[in-house]
Order: sequence, then structure tokens, then C-alpha cells
Amino acid sequence: MTGKSLRAGPDTRGHFGAFGGRYVAETLMPLILELEREYRRAQADPAFKAEFEDLLRHYVGRPSPLYYAERMTEAVRQVAAQTGADGDTGAKIYLKRDELNHTGAHKINNCIGQILLARRMGKTRIIAETGAGQHGVATATVCARFGLPCTIYMGARDMERQQPNVFRMRLLGAEVRGVTAGRATLKDAMNEALRDWVASVSDTYYLIGTSAGPHPYPELVRDFQSVIGTEAKAQLQEAEGRLPDLLVAAIGGGSNAIGLFHPFLDDESVRIIGVEAAGKGLDGADHAASLSGGRPGVLHGNKTYLLQDEDGQITEGHSISAGLDYPGIGPEHSWLHEIGRVEYRSATDQDALDAFQFLCRTEGIIPALEPSHALAVVRKEAAAMSRDDIIIANLCGRGDKDIFTVAEALGVEL
Amino acid sequence: MSARLEAAFGKNRAALVTFVTAGDPSAEATLEVLDALVAGGADVIELGMPFTDPMADGPSIQAGSLRALKAGMTLKGTLEIARRFRAKHDGVPLILMGYLNPVLSYGLSFAEDAVAAGVDGCIIVDLPPEEDQELGPSFRDAGLHFIRLATPTTDAARLPAVLSGASGFLYYVSVAGVTGTRAAEAPDIGEAVAAIKRESNLPVAVGFGIRTPQQAADVARVADGVVVGSAIVDLVGQHGHGAPETVRAYVQSLASAIEAAA
Repeated sequence: MTGKSLRAGPDTRGHFGAFGGRYVAETLMPLILELEREYRRAQADPAFKAEFEDLLRHYVGRPSPLYYAERMTEAVRQVAAQTGADGDTGAKIYLKRDELNHTGAHKINNCIGQILLARRMGKTRIIAETGAGQHGVATATVCARFGLPCTIYMGARDMERQQPNVFRMRLLGAEVRGVTAGRATLKDAMNEALRDWVASVSDTYYLIGTSAGPHPYPELVRDFQSVIGTEAKAQLQEAEGRLPDLLVAAIGGGSNAIGLFHPFLDDESVRIIGVEAAGKGLDGADHAASLSGGRPGVLHGNKTYLLQDEDGQITEGHSISAGLDYPGIGPEHSWLHEIGRVEYRSATDQDALDAFQFLCRTEGIIPALEPSHALAVVRKEAAAMSRDDIIIANLCGRGDKDIFTVAEALGVEL
Repeated sequence: MSARLEAAFGKNRAALVTFVTAGDPSAEATLEVLDALVAGGADVIELGMPFTDPMADGPSIQAGSLRALKAGMTLKGTLEIARRFRAKHDGVPLILMGYLNPVLSYGLSFAEDAVAAGVDGCIIVDLPPEEDQELGPSFRDAGLHFIRLATPTTDAARLPAVLSGASGFLYYVSVAGVTGTRAAEAPDIGEAVAAIKRESNLPVAVGFGIRTPQQAADVARVADGVVVGSAIVDLVGQHGHGAPETVRAYVQSLASAIEAAA
């Protein structure tokens, strides 16, 4: 790579180009600055890295496999041949199996890293926000593992939709507080977590679940999730002796995607696609595609693309996947979008449902609805690429949590 | 400092600073409540710019913001309320208070338009000095005071950063927490205010959690200004279009207590 590395961000003030930053109330500023100082010390401490890696290996179950999805690849090739392509298309599809992690998704990688930071900072209480409940479960899990009390904020509407995860969190010893403020979904849960934090700054650590929020959260969440891309790169090297041609991952806040993408950003031959949730379609308001359907603004501590009305009021996202249902996106994605390094596309609820069933039938893997959005784009892209090409898709979560949603969408009563 | 703010903080007692959300529950109702604040003896008015995600506010102001947004209030509408207020009350300083995103969305002409509407200053809760470049320069060019917040977590090392670029007055948030929930003890507030005044000549107004005349009097003895917000927003929420008289009586009880404390 000749020019400047694309992996060097953020700058010292937490900006990725025009995005990121630290837009928080003054009460929180000293805390954010302290977190940054502690993170720099942790980065320089070999013992921190060693403990993080040990927990990922023995507690989370890493490395997750990089799996050649042979029947999915074949199925895509057959469809490509039937639809009049010249018969030679259909890229090899590899799946990064982060759904096999303890707790069933990539979220745990970040939670392990942050709980170690919280402990270093001497914090004795953990708070977090959750939408679908996956980050809440992962947070409750590490809090149980480290013996720290935790409070999870969850929109009251989301609690109704995700009863099993609410029960899981409680089993793990977490207090789950329903949020009725605003529209009672993820962004309101995040507001409420910030309100708790501002009133409990001396003893409480806020464990943010995605690569968003005030600096240094987007950076440290990315760093903890980059284990995904780092492993995938080495695993593909071993399997195929080369780099992939295309990476694909789904994006809500964007932590699984930045975790896969970041180690490859300077590899110019690697195309990268992030897939946002188009919900019922980008032509209406019922989607969660911040980049395709939003514009830059400031929310939850960072400047990034947001779903908002003409007066700067935040609008609600919609997706069949509760994990993608957030009106913002991590600031590094906004920057990668503007410089054009990553292509951002979208997949509708229906595209995701189709891809969900396709993976169930071809590979015997029930994916979460979030990565099903990525798989929808993988099917289209693979069909048009050469058989020598290689795609890695991030299978960032498993679908057990989604079976009720899928059943309802398919008109099946359980 | 603007002549209006100078006069408000130049009395031989603490200034009473009162907050109300623009458009809660309608623009007309807000104008009536503003009249009531002035009639009750408010020295400075803070007019809240409603936002969908008021993450530093407690339940009272959250509810007020949502009522205003539901009734269709916008930032443009808020500036129109300011303009109409100013036409009627020439001498009472008017401060806008809110969050960054609606202001960014409005555009860089915000500061000029606010000054043209008769606004004296602005508080942006989620714009710490580290991100001053977003609005600070345009505020200073337009002559709009940038009123900064200091909090119990703002230590001596950080205070100069908060004070740089601050003007009008300084808003000391007396507790680590959200608006309207609990109050700090007067001796603690007194110490914090004294520490700020060693570093700055700006008047220091103290807010968060002040509800009763007694609390207002206690804070008035140790600060240059007493900010009351959530309690007023609660009255507006309870009494809706009938709120002005209740608000006036309440504000008058605060003003008398502050007067007596001087």
C-alpha cells in the first residue's frame, strides 16, 4: 500500500474524517477521557492482551471456524447457470462462524475486552443497553463470569418481543430495566443507560454494545471485534493461500462488520460490502439504512449518518431483525462510506427471510436474521463472480432467537 | 456580556433563571407561560429546544419535549416564539437550551437567526469544549453567548477548558445526574461556585434538582443565579393551557424567597 493506511484512525480527537468525536454532556467528559487513558495503558500491557486472548480461547471458544459452504456455493452456481450466465460463474463462499461463539453471536468478543477494561478501572458496576437482547445477554454473561452486578436497559417494546432473552439475562443475574421513555426501543434504552451513567459516574462502567458512541468506544469495540477479520485472514491463507476477493457483513451499529473489515482495509484487491437493513424498502420510512436513507448528524456521543427528519429529530428504524433496528451507524462506517473504500448496500426483510431459509436448507445452519441480510447480498454477488473468486461472509449470530419472528413472517403458528 | 444579561446578574441578589420547553403544549401556550415567568419575577428565561432524544434530561423535561414535538414544534418554530417574546419583553435575557442535532440540521445560519430573533445565548448540552468547532466560531461571530456547563466531575485541571470560549454566564450543574431528580447540598454548591469564581469573572448560575422556595433561597446565598426547570415543566404538563397562572404564582414564590435571602 502506497498511501496512508486506512487502519490508522481515529485521530487523537476520536475523529474518522468528519465523523466520530465526543459529543457528550460535560458530566461524562472526564469519564470518557479517563477511559481513553486506561485503554491506551491496556493496549501497551502484554498481560491485558494475554488475558483477553486466553478468555477468547477457553471461554468464548475462539478461533471460530472459517467454513467453506460447499452446498451453498453449488446451489448459487446452479441458479446462476439456469438464469443464463455463461456457466462459469459462482464464487466460492466461506462463512466466518462467529455464531458458534459462547452466547451465539460476535457480541461476546467486545464484552470480554470491555469487562477487562472495567476491572482495570476499578469499576464495580456494569450497565449496558440492548435491543434484541443479544448484547444484553453477552454483557450479563461476562458480568456473571467476573462477579460484577449489572443493569441492562431494554425498551419495553423490545422486552415484549424478546422474552427468551429477557429471561436469559435474569438467569445470569442481571437486572433488566424496561424503558418506556420515547418509543421504548434500542435508542431509548441507550438514552436511559446514558442517564444512569451520568448519575453513577464514580462506580459504574458503561459497556456499549456496538462500534458507536463517544470516542474511544468506536475504536475499542472495533479493536476487540477485529479478532474476526484477523482470524479469517489467517484461516483463508491456510485454506487457499491467498486473500479473499470480497467480504460481506451485515450492519446495524456495525461492530461485526468493522471487526471483519478492518484487518483487510489496506488490502486493495479485497472488495468490501456492508449490508444495511432495508426493512420494507428504502422508498418508505420503514427501514434502518442510515447510510442509504439518512444524513450526517449527532446522536449518542458521535457524529455519523442518522435516520432523522428535516428538523433534525431522530426517526425510528425498522427491520425484521431487531439487531439492525438502530437509527445510527458506527462513525468509522460513515467515513469508509464517504471515502468509498466500503460499498454499502441494503437487503429487505424479504431478502433476509429468503436467505435465512436458503442457508438452513443448503448448509444445515440456522443463521440469525442479521447475517441473513449479508447472505442475501452474497447470493447475488457470488452468482456474478468467477468460480475462482472467493467470498467471506460474516455469520455473526445464530438464529435460535429469531425462530418466532421467522415463523410469524412465514405465517406459521408455533 | 450583553446588556440584558449584565442587568439580570447585576442585582443585589441572585438572578432567578427559569426554564420552559418551546411548544409545550403549543406555541401560543408557551408564549403565555413566558409572560407568566416574567410576571412572576424571572430574571432570565431559558427556552428549551425540544429533541427526540434528550439524554441528559430526567422524566419531566423528556415528557415536555415529547409533548412539544407531538404538537409539531420545530427549531424554526422555537425561534419564532423567541422573536414574539422579544417583541413584548425587551429587557429579559432569553437563552435557548437543547441538543446539538436539531441545531446542526438547521444549519450555520442558526446563530445569526437566533440573534436576529432576540436570543442572547445558547446552551448545547452535548457539545463539550472538545467539539467547540461545531458551533463556537459561528456563535462568537454572531455575538451569541455560548453558555457552558460545569459539573461536579469537572476538576480543576479541566475547568480552564470549559471556561475558554464560554461567555454570558456559567451554568453549574450541581449534581452528577439528569435534570429534575435530586438536589445537591448548599455547602457543596458554595464550594464549587467559589472554585469556579477563582478562575472566571462570569456569573455562575446553579441548577438541577431545585424545586422549592427554600432550596432556591439556599442556593441564592452561594451563587449568582438559581435555575429552576423541571418543576415548571411539570406544572405545564399538569395544567396544560391553564398553566400560566399556576406558573406565575410558583415563580413568584421562588422570586420572593430569593429576594428574602439577599
